[in-house]
Amino acid sequence: MQRRDFIKITGTTALGVAVATSLGLPKSGQAESDPGTDGDHTVATFCELCFWKCGVLAHVKDGKVTKIVGNPMHPLSNGALCPRGTGGTGLLYDPDRLKKPMIRVGERGAQKFKEVEWPEALDFVANKLKEIATKHGPEAVALFVHGFGGSFFRHLLNAYGSDNVGQPSHAQCRGAREVGFQLTFGAPLGSPEVIDLENSRAIALIGSHLGENMHNTQVQEFAKAIECGAQLVVVDPRFSTAAGKARYWLPIKPGTDIALLLAWIHVMLGEGLYDREYIAKYAIGLEQLRAHVADKTPEWASLETGLDPAQIVDSIRLLAGARPAALLHPGRHTAWYGDDTQRARAMAIVNALLGNYGRRGGFYFPTKLGVPKYAGVPEFAHTFKRAPDRPKGKVFPFGDEGLAHGLRDATIPGTADYDLKAWIVYGTNLVQALPEPKKTLEAIQHLELLVAIDVLPAEIVGYADVVLPEATYLERWDDVVVTPYKSQYIAVRQPAVAPLYDSKPGWWIAKELANRLGLGAYFPWNDASELVKARLEAGKFDVAAVLKNGVALGPGKPVFLEDGAPASFATPSKKIELFSQQLADAGLDPLPNYTPPEEPPRGQFRLLMGRTPTHTFGRTTNNRFLSEIYSENELWLNAQVARDMGLDDGAQVRLTNQDGVKSTPLRLKATQRIRPDCVFMVHGYGHTAPGLRFAKGRGVDDTALVSRSKIDPVFGGTGMNVNFVAIERA
Amino acid sequence: MNGEKRYVMVVDTRLCVGCKACVLACKAENNTPDGYCRDWIVEDIWGIFPNLRAEIRSERCNHCSNAPCVDACPTGASHKVEGGIVLVDHDKCTGCKACIASCPYDARYVHPEGYVDKCTFCAHRVASGKTTACVAICPTKTLHFGDVSDPHGEVAQLLASRRHKVLHPETGCEPNLYFLT
Repeated sequence: MQRRDFIKITGTTALGVAVATSLGLPKSGQAESDPGTDGDHTVATFCELCFWKCGVLAHVKDGKVTKIVGNPMHPLSNGALCPRGTGGTGLLYDPDRLKKPMIRVGERGAQKFKEVEWPEALDFVANKLKEIATKHGPEAVALFVHGFGGSFFRHLLNAYGSDNVGQPSHAQCRGAREVGFQLTFGAPLGSPEVIDLENSRAIALIGSHLGENMHNTQVQEFAKAIECGAQLVVVDPRFSTAAGKARYWLPIKPGTDIALLLAWIHVMLGEGLYDREYIAKYAIGLEQLRAHVADKTPEWASLETGLDPAQIVDSIRLLAGARPAALLHPGRHTAWYGDDTQRARAMAIVNALLGNYGRRGGFYFPTKLGVPKYAGVPEFAHTFKRAPDRPKGKVFPFGDEGLAHGLRDATIPGTADYDLKAWIVYGTNLVQALPEPKKTLEAIQHLELLVAIDVLPAEIVGYADVVLPEATYLERWDDVVVTPYKSQYIAVRQPAVAPLYDSKPGWWIAKELANRLGLGAYFPWNDASELVKARLEAGKFDVAAVLKNGVALGPGKPVFLEDGAPASFATPSKKIELFSQQLADAGLDPLPNYTPPEEPPRGQFRLLMGRTPTHTFGRTTNNRFLSEIYSENELWLNAQVARDMGLDDGAQVRLTNQDGVKSTPLRLKATQRIRPDCVFMVHGYGHTAPGLRFAKGRGVDDTALVSRSKIDPVFGGTGMNVNFVAIERA
Repeated sequence: MNGEKRYVMVVDTRLCVGCKACVLACKAENNTPDGYCRDWIVEDIWGIFPNLRAEIRSERCNHCSNAPCVDACPTGASHKVEGGIVLVDHDKCTGCKACIASCPYDARYVHPEGYVDKCTFCAHRVASGKTTACVAICPTKTLHFGDVSDPHGEVAQLLASRRHKVLHPETGCEPNLYFLT
C-alpha cells in the first residue's frame, strides 16, 4: 500500500525529472561503473565446458583469467556463448581440482591416496602397462574417453597395441542416430550435426530439447529460424522450452515415437505430401515403405501415442508444406528404448520424404579444411585385436565405434571374447555415464590397473590406482581441430595461463608415458605447440594469424545440391535407402516397426532424463560459477498427479525404482509441464565423491536409478528410458 | 523522442530460451558477488496440461525515465548519467534501501560491501562504444541495446515494427526495458 502510494507520488514528478535531465547529466558512468574485468590481453582458444568446441576469447589480467567471451571470428560461436562457455573460470579456479599425482594406498574405492611426484606416478603406470602387455597382451587395456584432449591417449593406446576405445557419447548417447542415418543416407550426422537449422522454415523436434540442450551454434540457428518465421512442431512428453515456442506441441506418451513417425509417413504418402521428384531420383524402397505403412493411420497412432489424430495430421502437413526447407531434427541423446536405431531410421525416412538431404534448410554435405599430419609419426606396424565390447558370441551388425558399456562388461572375467585387465579413463565419469552402475563398480574390482586422467575428483577418480591431474583447457595446448561443417575452418587450443598446481597437459602425460613404454617415436615432437605449429606450417597457414585469431577460415565449398554440391549417398545402392537391404541381410527389420513400450506398473512413473542449459551433466555440477544458476536437480511431476498424491511443489521426495534402488531426497517440481505418466530430472547430479565438495549430495543421481537398460540389436546401444520409479515423501 | 540520447534494451521473448548466458556473462563482466545477479530470467507459464503457453523474459533494471529510485535516494547515490542510465554511486550510498523499496522491478540488492548494486547497462562498456555484456553473449540474439532517439537505430526500428510491452506500466516509471511479444 505504502509502496503503491509512493510510486504514485513519484509519477507526478515526471515532468520535473525530464526537465532536470535536459539540463545536462554527467557525461557517462564509465569510471564509476567499470568493474575492471577487461584483460590486459586476450587469448583465442576453444571451449571444453561441453564438446561443441566453440571459439572463445579468454581475458587475462595479471596472470588470471577474468572472463571468457565468444570469439566473433569462430564459426561455431560467432561471438556469442552459451552459459557454460562463460563458466570456464569456475573450472579453472575450482578449489576442488586435482592438484598432484596420486597413488592409491587403501582398498580400491576407499578413496585413500598418497600424493607423489610425476615421475613416480608415470613409472608406476608404465611398469604396470608393460606387465599387462606381457601377461595378457596389450589388448587387455581399454581407454574410456570424452573430450578433445583424449586424442593423445588414443594415439598412445594404439601405439601400445590396443584399439579398445569406448566413448559413452556413442552407445549411451548419439550412436543410434549415427547408425540410423548412416544406414539410410550413407553418412553419420557428426558433431556439429550436418543440419541447416537456420534456413529451415519448419522444424520438428522429437524429444530433443534445444534451448535446454545448449549447443551454441544450433541454438543460434534455431533462434534465427524462429526470427525468420519458421514454425515448430515439438514432440515431447514435457512442455520443453522449445515446446513453448511451437505451433504444435505433441505431448506424446513416452516410447511411442515410432508409431507417430509411421503415421506421419502414412499421411505423407497417402496425401502425396512427399517430394516425388527427389525420391524418384535419389531413393529406393518407396513401394515397400508404402506397403509397410498402409495400415499405420493417424487413428491407429492416436491409440498408441495418446495424441489427437487431427494434430498428427496437421503437424506433418505443416512440416511437409515447407519442404524441402523442412527439418525433422535427428536429436542427439537418442539412447532411450532399445529400438533407437529403428526410430532414427524412421526419422531419416521422414526427412528423405521431405526431400531435404543436401538441400538448404535440411541437411548439408559437410566440407572441411585439410591440415597435414605431423611429419615423422610412424605408422602402426601392428594390427588390432577386435574389441571384446559385446557378450561372448553376440553380434551387433552395425556401428563402428566401441561400446563403452561393452568394454566395462568385458572386464568381468569370462563374459566376453577376452578379458580386459586395465582401464585408462580420460575425462569421463564412468560411474555416472554408464547405465547399471553396480556393474561398473563390479568390473572395477577385477582390474589390475585403473588410471584416471582428469581435472576434478569425480566418482571414477576415487576408484583409480593412479590419478593424473590434467591441466584444464585454459592451461594447455591440444592438437589442431578440424571440423567437417558447412563452412571451412580449423581452430587451435592454446593456454591462456600456465597450469595451476602440479597439473600437466594431456599431451605431456601421454608423451611421458610413451617414452617410458619405449614408444617415444610415436610422439616425435617436443611439445604440443610444436605439433600444432608444424602442422599449420605444413598446411601453409599463417601461423601467427591462426594463433592470434584462434581460427582460420577456408574459402568454402558448395554444401547444398542447389549450389552444385554433388549428391553423395555412400550406401551400398548409392541411393537413400528407405528400405534397408543391409538391415534385412543382417536379419533385422528393413523398415522400422513399432513395438509398444512396457507400461509403468501402477503407482510408478517412467523416469526421463535431460539437460539444463547451464550444465554439461556431472562434468560441470561442481562448477560454483555455473551452479549459481542451477545447483541441484529437481523431480518434474505433473501438478495434478502431485495434488492427488498429496505432494506440494517443493516437497522433498525420494524415488524407488523397479529393482528397489532408492534415491537420496530431492525437491519436487509440481508442474503442468509434463504428462502424468512420467517424471523428469536433469542428468548429472547426486554426486557422492567426497572431493567434489560443492556438488556432493546436491540433487539425485539419475544413473543410479538406471539399473536396467535395453540393448539395441542393431548396434548394441543402451536404451535407458526403461526404468520406472515410485515416489514417496522423504 | 526529442532527440536526446536515451538508452533502452529490447528483449525478444519469442527468441529467448532462458539459457541464462546473459546472467552469467553479467556476473563475469561485472564481478558481482557470489549469490547475486544483476539480471535474471523469468519463465511465465499459463494454462493446464496440455494447453499451455510460455513466455521467457530476461529482466534487469529498467533504467526508468522517471526513476523512483533516484527520487527516493536521500543521499544522491542513485543518479542518472548520459542516456538515462541509472547508476548508484557506491561511495555516497549508505545502504538505507529506500531505493529497493521504491523499485517496482526488484532490480536492486545490497552488495555484501554495504552499498546497493544493480544493472548499469554496462555504462563502462557503452562509453567506449561497446554493447552490454549480456547483449554481446546472447546466443539467440534475444537482447538488443541502443539509443532509441535514433529513429534509424536497431532498437527504434524494432519498437516501431514489433508488438511490445513494458512491465508495470501502471507505475508511471516509464521503464526502458521493452519486451517484444
